[in-house]
Amino acid sequence: MYKILKKRILAPDICLMEVSAPRVASSAQPGQFIIVRVGEKGERVPLTICDFDPVAGSVTIVTQRVGASSRKIFALEVGESFEDFAGPLGVPSEFIHQSEEALQQKRYLFIAGGLGTAPVYPQVKYLHQKGAHVDVIIGAKTRDLVIMEEEMKQVASQVYICTDDGSYGFKGMVTARLKELLDTGAQYDQAVAIGPMIMMKFVTVTARRYNLPLIVSLNTLMVDGTGMCGACRVTVGGKTRFACVDGPEFDAYKVDFDEAMRRQSMYKTQELDADHKCKIGLGNG
Amino acid sequence: MDKKYKVPVREQDPKERVRNFQEVSYGYNAEEAALEASRCIQCRNPRCVGGCPVSIRIPEFIKAILEGNMPGAASIIAQDSSLPAVCGRVCPQESQCEGVCIMGIKNDPVAIGKLERYVADWARENNYSTAIPAVPNGKKVAIVGSGPAGLACATDLAKAGCDVTIFEALHKPGGVLVYGIPEFRLPKEEVVDYEINQVRKLGVKIECNVVVGRTVTIDQLFEREGFDAVFVGSGAGLPKFLGIPGENFNGVVSANEFLTRSNLMEAYSPEADTPIYVGKRVAVVGGGNVAMDAARTALRLGARVEVVYRRTQKEMPARVEEVHHALEEGVTFQMLTNPVAVLGTEKGWVTGLRCIRMELGEPDESGRRRPVEIPGSEFDIDCDVAIIALGTSSNPLIARTTPGLEINRHNGIVADERGITSRPGVFAGGDVVSGAATVILAMGAGRQAAKSILEYLGV
Ligand SMILES: Cc1cc2nc3c(=O)[nH]c(=O)nc-3n(C[C@H](O)[C@H](O)[C@H](O)COP(=O)(O)OP(=O)(O)OC[C@H]3O[C@@H](n4cnc5c(N)ncnc54)[C@H](O)[C@@H]3O)c2cc1C
Ligand SMILES: Cc1cc2nc3c(=O)[nH]c(=O)nc-3n(C[C@H](O)[C@H](O)[C@H](O)COP(=O)(O)OP(=O)(O)OC[C@H]3O[C@@H](n4cnc5c(N)ncnc54)[C@H](O)[C@@H]3O)c2cc1C
Ligand code: SF4
Ligand code: SF4
Ligand code: FES
Repeated sequence: MYKILKKRILAPDICLMEVSAPRVASSAQPGQFIIVRVGEKGERVPLTICDFDPVAGSVTIVTQRVGASSRKIFALEVGESFEDFAGPLGVPSEFIHQSEEALQQKRYLFIAGGLGTAPVYPQVKYLHQKGAHVDVIIGAKTRDLVIMEEEMKQVASQVYICTDDGSYGFKGMVTARLKELLDTGAQYDQAVAIGPMIMMKFVTVTARRYNLPLIVSLNTLMVDGTGMCGACRVTVGGKTRFACVDGPEFDAYKVDFDEAMRRQSMYKTQELDADHKCKIGLGNG
Repeated sequence: MDKKYKVPVREQDPKERVRNFQEVSYGYNAEEAALEASRCIQCRNPRCVGGCPVSIRIPEFIKAILEGNMPGAASIIAQDSSLPAVCGRVCPQESQCEGVCIMGIKNDPVAIGKLERYVADWARENNYSTAIPAVPNGKKVAIVGSGPAGLACATDLAKAGCDVTIFEALHKPGGVLVYGIPEFRLPKEEVVDYEINQVRKLGVKIECNVVVGRTVTIDQLFEREGFDAVFVGSGAGLPKFLGIPGENFNGVVSANEFLTRSNLMEAYSPEADTPIYVGKRVAVVGGGNVAMDAARTALRLGARVEVVYRRTQKEMPARVEEVHHALEEGVTFQMLTNPVAVLGTEKGWVTGLRCIRMELGEPDESGRRRPVEIPGSEFDIDCDVAIIALGTSSNPLIARTTPGLEINRHNGIVADERGITSRPGVFAGGDVVSGAATVILAMGAGRQAAKSILEYLGV
């Protein structure tokens, strides 16, 4: 069992948890994720690794309450445990293969949408520790939903906040902020966008105009997360790839976002259907 | 009774069973088993034994049944098989033991599988354990994967006194036995969990949620955790797709996804959180056990099901019994048919399969006649879910993270018949070496490798 050591509410529907998982903590890398399960009948839910401490044997995750399973995760308290906590899964971010000297010459821009701030954090932290220059754009609907701002400021050179309603920072979406930044002469070698699929799609459209190399992290549907089912398949560069073992990070310009968004909504009607619990019509007479 | 024919096995009525997930076949009772056992003529040179990949002493255990010596029958089987309750249920007997039984030349072969199942079920129901506690030999062995290959290897090593730990990527041990083969063919709690607990009782530790190659590498198992040898039985779980237009439409799933949702995640049960989408009309592409399992699962979840297969029923690799059961339950078949495109709505939901008719040409490498397209014979099949069951290959993760481990062009690990790989101390067997095969072959390979490991460790 994987015990919850700490829990912190970051926003009304977002919480951070530090979980005891020594094996995962000792091999985790930026860009990877884990799969958790709550209870015997629980779903396998993929969540990004937001921090890890090999010495303490703990892994930090940040969860947003969106549906039945994430609500179960959110409801767990310190001292309670996850039934399962498997990982690290997925390919680590490409930059971990670069030398410190090379990274010191590089300028990175991260664009985080909503909850995306959490998965961006371990990457920014890693690059900062290696001496790279890192700026971050954090976008959220409204002030309450801006998370991890303080942590981010510790590891980033510049943190640009924007909110859709202008309640905090720049008023507008991350794409507008990105455009402004690039129009005023900011230069980057590499950008990384993590957030809702639709946001990543439009960041890609914007970045393309500036020829800015861009990586995105795809939060597809998943079941096993080990390459066994193909639920997570996406079209990248015209080829079918499995996000759980070939990704989750891909070159943004090669991703078929429309297909990816459509596939993500596969179970939407079913999830929203209150009666979906009875799947074979038994018990209805 | 006419000894020409097998004692029929009692089964759930097809009309009833399509509405539940309980086991289809009830198996023999004592009387029926004795009657069937009496059909075996106790050949001096039993051909059946040669047909069984692990050479179970078939006439001997059948004789023990006849004599009413059930512990004896169980012990005879246990010498060669560690999963008899599973193999009795899922072996393709018609092409193995029963396929060569002398009785089968003129009449029905002896129902060896059903008898084996009867003995194994008896042992379970009567708590008869064939395990003997071993003296520890001080050697530590790691097993990657908890499918039949891993379980069989672990059993033999533990019996020899090794300290064995199985590492499993998923949250439940059993491999295909839990995520692939459905409840109505292989009961999970009753049979699979019981068999796994037997392995645990021998002192074998099972650590789930460990993805070898990610959570820990094989090198780390040797260097950091002090294992003396590693057996890789990670199976062939990577699903193949057709590579035709429309394959990523919503509603197109691999059989592995569909079956994993239903079996491992228990999506058929109202209590489970995992959703499954079944639709009203399901088309299943393929002709193996996997296709039959997907079809019959979809049927039980309430859909009308049509199987699309590019050869004829004669060439279908599925067990004869499964095809027969599928037909009884109302699955329909489109033989000599191959999909060329998946059709869908503008919003990307499946509406059908565009198919082409095939005819059988010259035999290919497998000896089966190769299907060739009949030009201009395209037609459409309506469906709102398409399940692709075309087979699987090995996951390259372990090979990629284990320097010096030779792999073949299908990403399978190269190992000889004794399970020896190109890396000293690393052994492999089962589907990861052979490609998708059978439970009994995987188990046999696991046991061979256990022998080689014991030799390697000098015990
Ligand atoms: C690699 C990866 C990393 C992820 N990291 C995180 C993370 O760090 N924190 C976090 O909170 N979530 C993360 N997610 C998303 C998370 O797994 C889903 O939000 C979760 O599965 C939803 O489960 P649910 O049962 O609560 O919602 P459901 O009831 O399944 O769905 C609720 C709504 O969310 C949508 N939805 C379902 N799955 C996803 C998904 N994967 N992405 C976006 N929307 C989805 C559904 O369409 C539905 O409308 C990640 C997903 C992936 C694949
Ligand atoms: C739907 C279906 C129906 C079938 N029906 C029949 C039948 O009727 N009769 C028959 O004889 N055969 C049948 N088969 C085939 C049979 O199940 C397999 O040949 C057999 O299970 C192979 O055993 P294995 O131990 O090699 O691998 P598997 O059973 O595949 O087990 C491998 C295990 O290793 C785990 N693993 C993989 N990678 C890693 C890793 N990196 N780290 C840790 N763990 C890992 C997997 O999660 C899995 O649990 C069927 C197969 C399927 C899919
Ligand atoms: S293990 Fe399989 S092949 Fe061998 S005797 Fe039993 S059913 Fe027949
Ligand atoms: S070949 Fe048939 S009849 Fe002969 S020993 Fe085997 S099971 Fe009995
Ligand atoms: S989630 Fe099953 S293959 Fe990726």
